[in-house]
Order: sequence, then structure tokens, then C-alpha cells
Amino acid sequence: MNKQPSRKEREAALEGIGTSRKRVEDPRFTQGKGNYVDDIKLPDMVHGDFVRSPYAHARIKKINTEAALAVPGVLAVLTADDLKPFNLHYMPTLAGDVQAVLADEKVLYQMQEVAFVVATDRYSAADGVELVEVEYEELQPVIDPFTAMDKDAPVLREDIKDAKEVGGHGPRKHPNHIWTWEAGDQKATDKAFKDADVAVEEMISYQRCHASPMETACCVASFDKINGALTVWGTFQAPHVVRTVAALISPLPEHKIRIIAPDIGGGFGNKVGVYPGYIMAIAATVVLGIPVKWVEDRIENLSATAFARDYHMKGELAATKDGKITGLRCYTLADHGAFDACVSASKFPAGLFMICTNSYDIPNAFVSVDGVYTNKTPGGVAYRCSLRVTEAIYMVERMVDILAQKLGMDPAELRMKNMITPDQFPYTTTFGLQYDSGDYPAAFKKAMKAVGYDKLRKEQAKMLEDFKAGKSRKLMGIGISTFTEIVGAGPSRVCDLVGLVGTFDSCEVRVHPTGAAIARFGTKSQGQAHETTYAQILSTEMGIPAADIEIEEGDTDTAPYGMGTWGSRSTPVGGAACANAARKVRAKAQKIAAHVMEVSEKDLEWDIDTFRVKGAPDKAMTMKEVALAAYSNVPEGLEMGLEAVEYYDPPNFTFPYGAYICVVEIDTDTGETAIRSFYALDDCGTRINPMIIEGQVHGGLTEAFAISMGQIIDYDETGNVIGASFLDYFIPTAVETPVWTTDHTVTPCPHHPIGAKGVGESPNVGGVPCFSNAINDAFAALGGVHTQMPHTAPRVWEHAKELGLVA
Amino acid sequence: MIPGQFDYHRPSSKQEALQILGELGGDAFPLAGGHSIIPMMKLRLAAPEHLVDLGAIDELKGVSIGGNVIEIGSMTTQHELLTSSELSQACPIIQETSALIADPQVRYCGTIGGNVANGDPGNDMPGLMQCLDATYVLESNSGAREVGARDFYNGIYDTALNEGEIVTLVRIPTPAAGHGYAYCKLKRKVGDYATAAAGVILNMSGSTCQSASIALTNVGDTALYAAEASDSLAGSDLGDDAIDRAVSLAEGITSPVSDMRGSEEYRSKMAGVMVARAIRLAAERAS
Amino acid sequence: MASTKVSLTVNGNEVEAEVDSRTLLIHLLREHLNITGPHIGCDTSHCGACTVDLNGKSVKACTVLAVQAQDGDVLTVEGMAAADGTLHPLQQAFMDNHGLQCGFCTPGMLTRAHRLLQENPNPTEEEIRWGISGNLCRCTGYQNIVKAISQAAAQMNMKEAAE
Repeated sequence: MNKQPSRKEREAALEGIGTSRKRVEDPRFTQGKGNYVDDIKLPDMVHGDFVRSPYAHARIKKINTEAALAVPGVLAVLTADDLKPFNLHYMPTLAGDVQAVLADEKVLYQMQEVAFVVATDRYSAADGVELVEVEYEELQPVIDPFTAMDKDAPVLREDIKDAKEVGGHGPRKHPNHIWTWEAGDQKATDKAFKDADVAVEEMISYQRCHASPMETACCVASFDKINGALTVWGTFQAPHVVRTVAALISPLPEHKIRIIAPDIGGGFGNKVGVYPGYIMAIAATVVLGIPVKWVEDRIENLSATAFARDYHMKGELAATKDGKITGLRCYTLADHGAFDACVSASKFPAGLFMICTNSYDIPNAFVSVDGVYTNKTPGGVAYRCSLRVTEAIYMVERMVDILAQKLGMDPAELRMKNMITPDQFPYTTTFGLQYDSGDYPAAFKKAMKAVGYDKLRKEQAKMLEDFKAGKSRKLMGIGISTFTEIVGAGPSRVCDLVGLVGTFDSCEVRVHPTGAAIARFGTKSQGQAHETTYAQILSTEMGIPAADIEIEEGDTDTAPYGMGTWGSRSTPVGGAACANAARKVRAKAQKIAAHVMEVSEKDLEWDIDTFRVKGAPDKAMTMKEVALAAYSNVPEGLEMGLEAVEYYDPPNFTFPYGAYICVVEIDTDTGETAIRSFYALDDCGTRINPMIIEGQVHGGLTEAFAISMGQIIDYDETGNVIGASFLDYFIPTAVETPVWTTDHTVTPCPHHPIGAKGVGESPNVGGVPCFSNAINDAFAALGGVHTQMPHTAPRVWEHAKELGLVA
Repeated sequence: MIPGQFDYHRPSSKQEALQILGELGGDAFPLAGGHSIIPMMKLRLAAPEHLVDLGAIDELKGVSIGGNVIEIGSMTTQHELLTSSELSQACPIIQETSALIADPQVRYCGTIGGNVANGDPGNDMPGLMQCLDATYVLESNSGAREVGARDFYNGIYDTALNEGEIVTLVRIPTPAAGHGYAYCKLKRKVGDYATAAAGVILNMSGSTCQSASIALTNVGDTALYAAEASDSLAGSDLGDDAIDRAVSLAEGITSPVSDMRGSEEYRSKMAGVMVARAIRLAAERAS
Repeated sequence: MASTKVSLTVNGNEVEAEVDSRTLLIHLLREHLNITGPHIGCDTSHCGACTVDLNGKSVKACTVLAVQAQDGDVLTVEGMAAADGTLHPLQQAFMDNHGLQCGFCTPGMLTRAHRLLQENPNPTEEEIRWGISGNLCRCTGYQNIVKAISQAAAQMNMKEAAE
């Protein structure tokens, strides 16, 4: 007789929630069998490539396509004039603005799309691009956002110069002004500052940078003229949104448009928006009737697809003399480039910036953001963070350190003094956000203990002594960041995209007669391994081994409608839809099991993968057995089959949090920083797959390291983009990348069906201030207050020089 | 990024290569490791009508060490330099420098000849070869001549090479036994050109420096031989004052551009820091 | 400009293709031969996503001309598993150690690691980090990649010792 498997063995066989299940994506990726967009090859497929502007601001006088058209293989050269009859020369942006698909009469940033060359292969297309002659008349550019609203500043957006508002965010103050957004109680906050014992103020700039996934943006568009159907394979983090936008701006009805996001080589926010390349490939396939592929190169990616950050924040904190923070004020100037293509929920032009009170009990706060146009690339994507969250947390975490310095208090002590305590949950912030759960002091204490915080401070003091005595040229810095994230956008009553669709998400699950299953989602993995982790949730909820569950995403013809994957929303929203859909399946299965076993539904209890009759545990039916019955023997009045759909609209955001501590050593002679150690404690609620969580944290910390230590998309005074290739743009190699130590606490989210909060973006949000605080901390005892990111060697050296520390 | 059209030639002997290059003149460009010219062509910043691939010419490859001279064929790759055991004995600074060039993949392709002949001030070998007082053998279909590394560089991408002429051999006087050496390179990350770099060779007699040679990378239009700084160390004890003097003389000949690697001032100062570090490290290594 | 014929061995198979002088090796593989494992990530020879093994050396196929590979022997990630489908220890170790996320850099990372272990069968962690420093990854932070290569090396050495 076979031995019955133990409970433990049965649980292990499921590979459900909490197991470090190996990724099911890996066999194809490790054998070169991934299916990325540029791997797609269709019969008769042709290639498109852009002619781009060499100028930041110029009028287009003339475009001569003759020589390009004479190149063998070149089929067409399209310009804005070709698009105008179809009203396709502008496209809507996620921020409620419009963006030129091809430059209309003038160019507004270097590398802007001017003409689209279509040719039989990518080599001929490149030859054609070289031969398109464009005559420009240069105009004065606006590069510094602080001069954008000057009286005599040139008007950049002639197409909307008379528009009273952009994106429905209220009146504009200047033709280069986009909107003003404010939140909080200004009066009460002003009073808090008036009454404060101590106040600090600092300009905190978060530089323009770029998410730069390994795979650039690309697509293949294929129009079937006979059936009037369009299929587009593309690098889309939110395929359904792309389909809806395509249906709105084209004469094609939504059911004739199929958007497919195959394997995506990283997104990090860069692949949420819609780019001119997608529109041009679609326009070209509709005109030519053959498939058109467009693939960006890296220089195009860095210089012409959406940037991130570029927030210039004047932060202020008010406090009592013993260190209780009484008020926060922040005025931000946001450089949005030439078009407002910021990725944000439509009611929040500055995203979720109101998270800026962070983990602290701050009674009064007021924030104001002005968005302006400049002659730079449009964008404003959330580079591995929720919308504008990393900016807000960076500002406040720097300001807390600056306040500690002013008070002569240890920054850890100041943080501890102001943290929201566990008994305050649920906690409503002064901006009205409702934090659902957390134990911030416990997490921070655990972190300080793990790194030996007090000992580190002593070592730092010793190094400083040696430095002052001329015995060493090295300084030690200790960076802290204690942060609360806001992710999982979001409740549709407050969040929507393009003013149309709410930010719910969806799961559709179908159990087959043999007990295997397929589930489809409105989200889209770009490396997060949804195929692995969603199956784990389903497996725990339905008692079906994860290995028997197929996960599909990214095809709008088959997947239920959803908002896609960005802002760490897949687990909080898609994961919740997943659990609820599975529960619906289990509820139906229970009815069927009761019917087959001829007992009442209420007499059954769920045991891992089996329904058992209470009091008669041998009388049981496994989910696998129920699945077969669902197709042959269901009670009267119940439909055959075993499937469910869930459209989940979350009741609230989720609020993962963490405590990070970093130790650096700075060589003051060269300005180089060595990262000695980095400890990251994350609380993301219920942990679905610890292996994958750890991987997400490693990756996010590496991106935070890259941003804080080197990444910048810079412009010279004439608007030339600088550093837009992997020679200059800082993507650290394995040699520069620090070794990460990860840790966790678990505080389940009370409103999420399985208690999960999301994790992918925490390390970026918490990591950037941690590094920056460490660098600034190294100089704090020598008079340094704040130095701007990125903390490259020359910048750190300049800082040391300003403080009189280098000869 | 796609290169423009060109004709490809793959001669199998040096003679054949020189013949082709001579006939084609300015329309042709020699292809060594390709990691400078191919990216330039992909960016359409270079558009030679002919590429003459030197990759199949065995006689341009290899390291030979005899008597007082080290001879390195121009098509010897950085990877081959790094794995040459004779070189690690005779002139370890070549390996120290090679290991700091680009990344592993590029070092399998990149050659010493390409690195010295391209005239890019960011390349590391031109500075090192000036430090070692190497001589380049230049050949064309009208014959061979020799030019010292210290006389070879005129400006950015501007060298003593004539049309149809290539570097075929690098000849290095073997440093004296017990010499001290160091190549110190400050860079932003693996794969980057130097913010500033310095190569130093020292010959010591006890604690006195007999002679020194210092060269700088990427802090001017060309790599620079720091003659006065080198001379200033001779006879000194390499104490702080002597090093400070050499640093200040070395900084004095730099004229870097401000770029993402730092301001002119910073890069000049970093040249000094690299010189000081290289001198100290070389002194430690000398015997 | 006339196209030329190039013949070479790819993953043990002799192949021929008509290419231009300017055709890049990466395009020969991806477009002409449908070997889409190696990817293009940066176009400027910095990221290593296009890394393949050519004549026993790791090269960035975006910066090598197809004609330079004439008579050459190319190994891509597609050729790493054994003929019976058994994965290469590196492939297995990457899966076991969560050494990949989006997978885009993985084929280049694997072929590079393969060559590294051929040259240095017992690399230290530092040697692995320097050895893969021509390959960029945006997802993993390298920590698990380093772990995977280290584990694969141990496995390969154990197997060799047993044989």
C-alpha cells in the first residue's frame, strides 16, 4: 500500500505562497528561446527608422526626401504633412497633453522625430535616414527650467499657446507653464513654521535620469487590410491602455485592434507610455499593408524616450528644539520637457508626491509643484517607483538628515522620535492618505542592531579624527533611510488613466477537467516572473500544484482588461484579483464537491488541496477530482465548468516600508566613493516567493546605486543632450556594484486578500536617499550640508574642495 | 546603428596588405580589433570606402623578448598581452595597463597596434609606450621607418602615420631588472576611458631614484610624456617633496577638456593624484 | 555593392549566408540564421548582450563584421546545452540561483561565463565580477549571477574530477 503523503508533503507539492519556487520563465531565457519583440519576423516585414532633429529648438523650413527615396530598398519617407490629413501628427499623452508624432513645423528637443523612413531592411532604412535633407532655422532654446517662465522666454508650444489649461489641472501662468498642483493645509503649515523653534531649508534636486532597460523600445505593427484588423507586438507595460488609446485616435474599432506584449527585456517605467515609433509603425503598416518593425537604438532610447525625475524641490522642515517635526513645506519646479508625457493618474499631475510625510508623524504639511516646458525630451516616468514617490521620499529623507545636523542630533534618533508608532495604525496622514499597517520602529531597530549602528558611529569618529590629523585622506559616511512607499495604484475612485479607465486589475482563471488550469491577467511582467508567482497564489488558494497552472499575460485578445504593470501594482492589485478569482473557483468547487459527496456545502472544510467532510475526514474529494466533476456532475442550477473572473478595484493603496543603512568610504583626493556595506530591510507584507523578492531588492538597490552615484541625462546650454550612450550613462558593471545584505519583517496588509504589499520599487525609493545621505553624512562634521546627486567622483571632489578639504 | 557601405579586403600577408593600402590610398582604412572604427562607422562618423582587415596576417602577431628589446607585433591583442608569461616577467606594466583597457570581450579583439596607431588620447597604450620609450615600426608599400612613441602623436587622431602606412611592430627597450612600475588609472567604471591616468617606471639604487619615466593618459590632445617631471625625480629619495614637485610639473603639462569625467581643473588635479600614486606604488615594487 | 558569401560553423553546424561587407555578425546570426538568443542592447560595444563565442574568444557580435567570422567557429547560447537536451551546468545554475530576471542579458552573460570558466575553472568571486564586467544587467544586481557562475564552476570541477 502506498504511504499517504503528509500534510507537509502535500503543501510542498503545491509550491504555493511562501516557497522559493524556481522560475518557470527561466528554461526559455537560459536557452535563447525568449520571444522579445525584435525576435519577431513576419513575411514581407519592412523596417522603419527615424530622421531626428540635431537642434533643441528650430523651425523646419523644408524637408527634401528625394535622395532618400532613391536609395535601393527605401519604400517611403513620411513627414508630419503626411499625417495631418488623418490627424495623426499629434498623439495624446498620459498626462492629458498632446505630443508630436513627427515634428510639426518646428522641433522642440534634440533627437525629436522629424521623418520616418520605411525600407525593406534596417540597413537600407539607415541609409535613407542619412539622406533626408532637413533645412532648419534655429530658435533660442529654453534649457534651464528656472528660466522657463521668464517674461522674455521664448514660447515653446505654439500649438497650445492660447490653451487656458493642460490636462485639466487649472490655469497656466505663462505660455511655458503647464500646471500648478498643491496639496495640504498651507495656513496651518505656515503657522507651524512661524511657531517653530528650528527650521531648515534646502534645494534638493533630483536629476533627470533614464530607466534604460536592457531592451530598448520596439514594435512590429501588422495591418490586415482584408479584415481591417491591426496587430501590434510591442514593448508595452500596459497593453490594454495602448489598445484603448489606439482605438480612440484611429478609425479602427477596439475589437479590431490586438496588442501583444511578448517577453519584455525590462521596463522600469520606460515602457508605460506611447512613443512616436509605435504610432509611425502603425501608420506605415496601414498605408503599406505589410508589417512594419521599428526598433530603437540605445542612443535614441536614452535621448528620445521618456526620462525620469527632473524635480527641483525646495524642502523645508519645522521642528521643536528637542526634535519633534511640526511642519513640512516643499515647493517643486518640475521640468517636463517639450510635451507633458508624464506618467500619472489623471487627477494627480505630480503623482503621489503627498507621500512626502513618509514614515513620520508630521501634523502639518503643504506642497506645491509647478510643471514647466523646456526644450528637452518629454517624459516623467516613474523609474522603478510609484508616481513621483522616489522624488518625495528623497527630499524628505535628505531634509530629516539636514534637520538632525542643525539640531546636533543623531539622524537615527531624530527618525525614531518622529516615526508613526504601531498603535497609531490605521494612520491618516495630514494629506489624507490612510496607512494601513506597519511597525516602523521595530524595523528600524532591527536594522540598527544588524549593522551595529553605535559601533559604526564610533569608527566614523575615529576616521574623522585621523583625517583631521592628516593621517588619512578617507572619510566615512553612514546613510540611513526609513521610508514608506505608496504603491498598488489604485482605488479607481481616486485613480484613473487618461481620464477614462480606473486603475483596477483583473484575473481570469479556468480549471480544466484534469485539474490543470490556465489564468490570464491584465498586468504584464517585464522580468518580475508573474508566470511563477501568480501560479503560487492560485496554487495555495485552489489546491492545484503551481506547476499545473499556466499563466498568460500581454495579449489583449485573450487577457482580461487591466492597467498593466507599473508602480509596483501587480502584486497589490493583480495579485489580489488572482486570489479572489481563485476563491470564486474554490467556492464553486465546494458546491460541486458537496453535491458529489451528497453532503451539505457547510459540512465541508478545506484542507490544502481537498474538501473533507467535517467529522468524517476520510470522506473527501481533492480539487483535481472536483475539477472533473465540474465538467460532468454539477448540482442542478449550477453551470458546468470551473472558472472565474475577478476585476479587483483595491479599497486603498498599499504601503510597503523599509529601513536601509549604508556605509561608505570617500577618498577625498579623488572624490571616489567605495560602498563598504549596504543593509536593506523590507516589509512587503506577505511574501509570495522569497527568492524573487530578494532578487527584486538586489536589482532595485543596484538601480538606486546607479542613480545616486552616476546616472544623469544632461544638456548643454544649447540643448545638446550629453551622455546618452552606455559609454557615459552609468550602468554599473559587476565590478562597481556593491554586495547587498537583505532582511525583512512581515506585517501583512489588512485590506489585501493575501496580505501582500508589493516590493519591486521599495529598494529604489529607499535606496537613493540612503546612498545620498551616506555621502552627505561623510562631510556633515566638516561643514557640509547638502550636495546634489549624482554623487560622481568629480562632484564629490568639488564638494570636498568647497569645504576646504583638498589643496 | 548601421555602418555605411564599404568594400572589405582580407589580405593574408603583410606584403599584400601594404600593397592594397598603397593602391587605395586615403579611401582605405586598416581594420585591426575594430572596436574604434566599427562604432565610428555605425555612428556614421567614419565612412571609409575600403576596410583592409589585418586579422588574418600571422606575421603581425606575437610577443618576442630577446636581448634588451621586447618586440610586439601590432596585431597582438590585449588578451594575448595579458596571457603572455614572458611579458609578466620582463615588463609587467604592459599587463597592468592592458587589464585596465575596456572589458574582457573588447580585450580579445583590441590590439596594441590599433590602440597606439589610432591617435585617440583616451587610449592607454600611447601613454604607456611613451613611458617605456617604445619605438613604432611603420611600414607602407614604399618601405619601413621607425618613429619613437614620444614623437608619434601630433593631436587628436593626428599621428605621424602617412597615407597607406600602418604600425607593424612595437619595439620596447626592456626595462632594467628590478625596475619599479605602476599604471594608475582613474575611471568612472569598467569600460571607460581614463579621467586621468599615469604610467611610471623607476630605476632605483638603494633608496635613491636613478631615473624615472612618467607619462599621462587622456589629459591633453595626445598622451603626454612628462619629461620635466621624470627628470625631477632622478637623484631624489622619492620623498613627499620630490613627489610633490613631480606632481606639480606633470600637472603643468596637462590640458584636459571638461566633460562628464570632470572639469578641466579636476582632471588636471587627478593626473597629479595618479602620478603620485603611481610613483609610490612603483617605488614599493622596485628592488 | 555586391554581397559576399560567408561560411562558418555555428553551434556545430556548418552554415552559409549571403551578406554585405557591412553586415554585422549579430545581424548575420539574428536576421539571416534566425539565431535570436544573442540580443542587441547598446550598439556601442558596452553592454555585452550580443556576446557570442568566436574561435574560442568572447566577442561582442554588434562590433564584429560577419565577414570577419569567415571560416570561424561560433557558439551562441543555443549551442550550450548537450545534444540530448541536458542543460549546461551554467544554464542550470542560473535557474537554480535566480541569476536572471527579464532574461535579455542572459544569453550574453551565459556565453561569456562559459568562456571565463574555460580559461579559469576556479574563479574567485572577484575574478567572476571582473570576468563578466563586459556584460551589463539591469535587473539582478549581479549578486545571484556571481553565485550561479561560482556554483556552476564547482559543479563542472566535480564532474571533471569524477571522470
